[in-house]
Amino acid sequence: MIRISLRRRTLQCAALLACATLAVAAHAQPTGPIKVGLMLPTSGTFADLGKKVASGFKLYVTENGGKLAGRLVQYVELDDESDPSKANENANKLVKRDRVDVLIGTIHSGVAMTMARVARDTNTLMIVPNAGAAEITGSMCAPNVFRTSFSNWQPGYATGLLAARKHKTAVTISWKYAAGDESVRGFREGFEKGGGKVIKDLHLPFPNVEFQPLLTELATIKPEAAYVFVAGAGQVKFVKDYAAAGLKNSIPLYGAFITEGTLEAQGEAASGLQTALHYADGLKIPKNEAFITSYQKTYNAAPDVFAVQGYDAAQLFAAGLQAVKGDTRKKAEMIKAMEDAKLESPRGPLSFSKSRNPIQDMYARVATGNRNVMTDVIVKALADPSPDCKL
Amino acid sequence: MDLPLILIQALNAVQYGLLLFLVASGLTLIFGVMGVINLAHGSFYMMGAYLAFSLAPLTGNLLATIVVGLLLSVLIGALLEWALFAHLYRRNHLQQVLLTYGLILIFESLRSRFIGDDVHSVSVPAWLDFSIPLGDVMTYPAYRLFMSAVCLLVAAGLYLLIQRTRLGSQIRAGAANREMVQVLGINIDWVYRLVFALGVALAAFAGMINAPVTAVAPGMGMSMLIVSFVVVIVGGIGSVWGALVASQLIAFADTFGKVFVPDYAGMAIYIVMAIVLLWRPEGLFKS
Repeated sequence: MIRISLRRRTLQCAALLACATLAVAAHAQPTGPIKVGLMLPTSGTFADLGKKVASGFKLYVTENGGKLAGRLVQYVELDDESDPSKANENANKLVKRDRVDVLIGTIHSGVAMTMARVARDTNTLMIVPNAGAAEITGSMCAPNVFRTSFSNWQPGYATGLLAARKHKTAVTISWKYAAGDESVRGFREGFEKGGGKVIKDLHLPFPNVEFQPLLTELATIKPEAAYVFVAGAGQVKFVKDYAAAGLKNSIPLYGAFITEGTLEAQGEAASGLQTALHYADGLKIPKNEAFITSYQKTYNAAPDVFAVQGYDAAQLFAAGLQAVKGDTRKKAEMIKAMEDAKLESPRGPLSFSKSRNPIQDMYARVATGNRNVMTDVIVKALADPSPDCKL
Repeated sequence: MDLPLILIQALNAVQYGLLLFLVASGLTLIFGVMGVINLAHGSFYMMGAYLAFSLAPLTGNLLATIVVGLLLSVLIGALLEWALFAHLYRRNHLQQVLLTYGLILIFESLRSRFIGDDVHSVSVPAWLDFSIPLGDVMTYPAYRLFMSAVCLLVAAGLYLLIQRTRLGSQIRAGAANREMVQVLGINIDWVYRLVFALGVALAAFAGMINAPVTAVAPGMGMSMLIVSFVVVIVGGIGSVWGALVASQLIAFADTFGKVFVPDYAGMAIYIVMAIVLLWRPEGLFKS
């Protein structure tokens, strides 16, 4: 029998006790802060949209005292610069180095798709608060990747239904890229569902803004209506060029996002322009009115659809957290709760398809002064069929 | 595809081409006379547009905005030349590219910091805010016709300046042989400063008059820069006449590319550039 010294034995006991304590602690309920990874643009063309999404998200958390499901929320923020080439590195930074509990992002679809891939590969929960690319809840869908904004098809489809109310023929104009193609496809399906026919699809290379040749062509085709999908600075130029070419009154123009955030710059050229979207100014929903007041008070600025999308991302995450009482390790239950969530969004009732894309009401709006004022509901609970998603 | 339609598209092309000429002429002068590759040229175009946006509410009319804007642009151009570009003449092209690329980033940051990232608009002056009917559905904005006329005037003015004035001959001599011009007692530094300021003013002027028909937004300089470089290369570096011809060629390629081959329209201008370079590696015209 080897004699073990008393000192040694004391040390052994202490070590054993320490191990036991750690073991117990590791299995206890996590009570530390929840890490939310906000990967959004704070520079470049989409900086403003990124800011709105982030402020919408944070507003929900602030309204709940800075906590979700009883745990404090800690943000890890990263400027994704809307650069797809840096997306992989950035997303991995948040997931692996910062170990975020949820990845929130982003505006640009190219970046979002890479983020979704990283989220899928690392089984990290992800909520997309804007990017509308079909693949995110289509061919690349995953149980842990949700979206609280829209798929490019949805507003296009709703606008198609809207235009079909008064017109039988239409021509579409868009940039030739994924978002444009998806939006135009949505418009065509909605327009044909409403009894119309799309005569021709005109497109120009992204992000070219010399629209004159296409406007001239449009004028010669003489459809009853036109649908446009271009974004950013192109929106402003297009609407102004359209009016200057005398087409505003002869061929009514329809769009989805075409007047979002740019009405002041577009001025008189946009007045009376009809659009369809999942949000509008003047929505008489109590939750919306409360949201607008709260946002205005907190940030001294008016919210927009991007702020709503960010706010709902936080709501969705909270729904998942509440179901597991803040235990983020219970991923499967969180995801199930989020999948079944029925949220009261400022935009109206919000739930999710099997593909994790929003099911939401679409509103007809008309540009009046500097606001896109809602006229009526075009379609309730519109879901993107997401035929490529195998969930 | 009937004749009236082709004529209207040609009108679109001519108007676009004249705008391109305005920007490219400044670029080709700077490149041709001083041998400097100025990547920041698109930023000067953007600067002009933002000047128009900032000054319009202060002055209330287009003419005053342009005059003040041009004065400011000439000053800024001269200052930049004195501080930075004067040191580039003896350097190699890579260093010029690096410095002017750095300038692009600085300009974008300054713009973002002091004016913000929102998309803005400049209104067409009231006296030009009407349209001329073309056929029964379409009209052509009078402002675009005005722009084309102004661009033609500037082209004529440039021609007169370079070919018919003493300063013009100094510029041409300085482009051919800088040292010899200095030996002849002409202050070549001031000639260069003037040419640079002129180049900046041309780009800024293009930005100012184009502002009412485009969106004043972040990144607007980059797209203009790339097309201007194509025009300068196709036209021949240093040749203002080349810039005029090439800008029309490129504009027609872009316009009719969109009409006839929309799926390949993005490549149209580069295909034209490739063809021209295969045939004439130095561009269409000598400087």
